[in-house]
Amino acid sequence: MIKKSKIPGIITWLVLLFFYLPIILLVVNSFNLSRTGGSWDGFTLKWYAKLWNAKYVWTALKNTLFVAFFATIISTIIGTTAAFALHLYKGKFQKTHYCLIYTPLVIPEILLGISLLLFFVSVKIDLGFTTMIIAHVTFCVSYVTMAVLSRLQDFDMTILEASRDLGANTWQSTTHILLPMVMPGMLAGALLAMTLSVDDFVISFFVAGPGSTTLPIQIYSMIKRGSMPLINALSTLLLSVTFLMILVFQILTKHKKKQSVLNVE
Amino acid sequence: MAKKHIFSKKRIFGEFSLSFPSMLWLIIFFLIPTLIIFAIAFKPADPLGGIGSGWTFQTILALKNPNYPQIIWRTIWMSCVTTFFTLALAIPIAYHIARIPPGRRDFILLLTIVPFWTSFLIRIFAWKAVLHPEGLLKHALVYCHLISPETLLLYRPEAVLLVMIYTELPFAILPLYAAAEKFDFSLLEAALDLGASRLRAFFNVYIPGIWNGLLSACLMVFIPSIGSYVIPDVVGGTDSMMLGNIIAQRIFVERNLPHASALSTILILAMLIPLLFFLKGKKNKVGRIKKSTRGIE
Repeated sequence: MIKKSKIPGIITWLVLLFFYLPIILLVVNSFNLSRTGGSWDGFTLKWYAKLWNAKYVWTALKNTLFVAFFATIISTIIGTTAAFALHLYKGKFQKTHYCLIYTPLVIPEILLGISLLLFFVSVKIDLGFTTMIIAHVTFCVSYVTMAVLSRLQDFDMTILEASRDLGANTWQSTTHILLPMVMPGMLAGALLAMTLSVDDFVISFFVAGPGSTTLPIQIYSMIKRGSMPLINALSTLLLSVTFLMILVFQILTKHKKKQSVLNVE
Repeated sequence: MAKKHIFSKKRIFGEFSLSFPSMLWLIIFFLIPTLIIFAIAFKPADPLGGIGSGWTFQTILALKNPNYPQIIWRTIWMSCVTTFFTLALAIPIAYHIARIPPGRRDFILLLTIVPFWTSFLIRIFAWKAVLHPEGLLKHALVYCHLISPETLLLYRPEAVLLVMIYTELPFAILPLYAAAEKFDFSLLEAALDLGASRLRAFFNVYIPGIWNGLLSACLMVFIPSIGSYVIPDVVGGTDSMMLGNIIAQRIFVERNLPHASALSTILILAMLIPLLFFLKGKKNKVGRIKKSTRGIE
């Protein structure tokens, strides 16, 4: 056995520190009386109180959830059918299909944003909620497809044939076997689509209209205008939501693992 | 025979109806808009901020702006530097994670990914707060007499590079870890037993072993870097403007859409050329491995 070098381990822990330090500072500063966070001037909740009264933030949150809701539903439906097509059929047509699904994943966001803006201007669609939802569906579809596809690849398709042989009709085998099997993949895809939609700034910024400001666009203009403590407080709240979601997700998946082990026994 | 015919018809119908929604959506809202970028570069601008009628070479000629070559060069250069440092950090991290026991491994992997489920803008803002003239890092560095109180940490190319590396790192760690996990580490021991130095074993055995993961990590970092717009906008100054900033400026400040689309065409080229280069590297590598196994036979 060779002696392991310590360098990779040290780099890993330093980088983890590098990852978390700015975030921790941001959370600490949201309770700091000092405006700039250069020093600790005392504990306060006044930034949270100010945030509570900032109506534009809550309107933006409402808009974000509105866009995310429709974008998630539409992209989950389209992405799931696409994943089935890619999984069930092989051939030239599906290769083209796969290319079309895969390319948006690797293209820089700014290009997706500008291409959609130019498109909407060319066909004279007014920028607003419609264009926002269309844009969000466009970049979410690929992610949902990949999530569902990876689930389908674990799925033994012969079970479907078996159910047919045992006398189930198409509708029965779809609702009783297929749907429950792909449900977790669809849920993972939908969750991913929702996260991406809620978080998206670049594409949204290009296709947003006057009334359709979402939370990331609002945060961006706050960063530009420089109301720093307010963004600290808002960021801390958003971070808490994210961490809570990750925790719930972890507990749920762990629970499932245990359950499946029990079933095997 | 007749039965088979009906079956294949049904099959084609099934394939068509399943592919139809995504194909239609992506052709209308992805393929056509992307092609429109190229087309609008040959259109005149409309004084109201729209797209004029007729065709012109005026927009393309306007790209002769003396500032552009410098900005294009800077965009490519900064993306290359980001890719280099990101990989230099991600390779040892992926190696470390792949070598620790599975129980702790999941935890550390989770630790590397969690910050990146948080909002992209918040992470950039967090850095702006750290680098701010009144921020903590500045105070600490001045206190240690490492910099003078006049030095500006924000609004310079180094700040942009730092934050770009910060945001891209997990995207490099994941594919590298996936490759390192499949790597047979006993090969490294064998190389050492046969007298290779540690460094030589690393570069001649480990790096070729994770080559495809390395290439995809490269692309995962390089492509978003070249399209960066928010990071140079928030933590950069005028001497760290990238192509994305100029495109956004043309759209949001000057409302000159044809000019923005001509610049986007350049961005696409700046992205495609290294992409083809990388894809060729991938093929060559597979060819070389095949050749070497043939040699063994």
